[in-house]
Amino acid sequence: MDAEVNAATAAGREFDVEFRLLIDAIYHIYHYDFRGYAPASLRRRLRAALTRFNCRTLSQLQDKVVHDSATFPALLDFLTVQVSEMFRDPAYFLALREHVVPLLRTYPFLKVWVAGCSAGEEAYSLAILLQEEGLLSKTIIYATDINPGTLQKAAAGVYDVERIAGFTANHRKSGGRTSLSDYYTAAYGRAVFNKSLKDHIVFSDHSLATDSVFAEVQLVSCRNVLIYFNRVLQDRAIGLFREALCRQGFLGIGAKESLRFSSHADAFLDFVPGEKIFQKRAEL
Amino acid sequence: MNLAGRVDAVVIGASAGGIEALTALLPALSPGLRPPVFIVLHLPRDKPSVLVEIFGRKCAVPVREAEDKETVAPGTVYFAPADYHLLLDRGPQISLSADDPVHHSRPSIDVLFESAAEIYGDRLLGIILTGANEDGASGLAAVHDAGGVTVVQSPQTARAPHMVLSALKLRPADWVLPLDEIAEMLRTLNAAAVMPVN
Repeated sequence: MDAEVNAATAAGREFDVEFRLLIDAIYHIYHYDFRGYAPASLRRRLRAALTRFNCRTLSQLQDKVVHDSATFPALLDFLTVQVSEMFRDPAYFLALREHVVPLLRTYPFLKVWVAGCSAGEEAYSLAILLQEEGLLSKTIIYATDINPGTLQKAAAGVYDVERIAGFTANHRKSGGRTSLSDYYTAAYGRAVFNKSLKDHIVFSDHSLATDSVFAEVQLVSCRNVLIYFNRVLQDRAIGLFREALCRQGFLGIGAKESLRFSSHADAFLDFVPGEKIFQKRAEL
Repeated sequence: MNLAGRVDAVVIGASAGGIEALTALLPALSPGLRPPVFIVLHLPRDKPSVLVEIFGRKCAVPVREAEDKETVAPGTVYFAPADYHLLLDRGPQISLSADDPVHHSRPSIDVLFESAAEIYGDRLLGIILTGANEDGASGLAAVHDAGGVTVVQSPQTARAPHMVLSALKLRPADWVLPLDEIAEMLRTLNAAAVMPVN
């Protein structure tokens, strides 16, 4: 028993060391910076990756990552996989409609940033919401992510038809005033979202860990992204949102995310308490 | 079984029948409790989590919903929020994730137990209670493999025995006990229990 435990502890220590080495190798070779990610989720994903890439240890995986150029893009999918759905947390979208949209109407043009857009569900949800509110024609949505493969999927806007029922139920609960089916064409088990939405979305590569602000926006929506970061990287990301937002612009984060550990917390007002929608304070 | 000084944290997993089982266990914790207690209880995802409200009233120790990136406080009971996995990082610090459900569950017991075993190693107590699915079995195996203490509710006392049977199938547990005896064991974690009696 004791020998087994000692072996398990040693294996844990080795995993820790190999974990850091792999993350460093990825940074130095591919310039993807996972060093500020919360280790717990990343370790879990890497353990899953060991099975997928048929490796016994992270050192073996590192060998493939460093020497075989096909491995890293596939590993990136593992490290960045994000599960979302359209109108996830419908109450958030309802709160945007009721409390934020009236103020967004006052701008001649709108820019919205969906940070960490993954396969695009959040960006299309916002586009539909803004269309319903009569604002899409004057809006550009910047949807950014670090994974080029995911961005391609997001730009295609194609989802399995089995997911549409869930999306539709969420859309209805979010205060949707049209039918979700107005926005996609279903064929061969897939639903393709309309070009009229895509025309207002720019999908692009952007890292909250290493890139800087690229536009001034009125609304940032970044949900269930910050939980994957440690406090230092969360603070960096929130700093970028603060810088990108116009005076009195809005920031929406995930239901279980908070600004409380950020040095930028005082720059924001809790605009819709309970729905994690904040407003950047007017600067003095 | 006196666990005073043996463990630095407790993880508990439960599913069907879990509220009842936790109602029998958690009042055993007293304000002298030192290890934090992390709990995953499966609930329907669209049901707002009322666990903190329910158990806050029944417990003599602080009961909270785990918040992302908060530093773990000793002697506190943390529930995983609905629809998020609860993980632990060094600090110890809480990390939430919206990754895929495991065994159709988010939060998943396996996810909590495996990450806690990585942080607390052999200083962890893992408890699997009543439930109707297989979540928690590999998690408890991870606790066992790291040298932690494992406890499984005795199947004949579990309202839904599938979860405890799955755990027992994967690894033998250190203790297989009815709820009142698990409660006794938890009582030994209260700091007062380690104070020498004159």
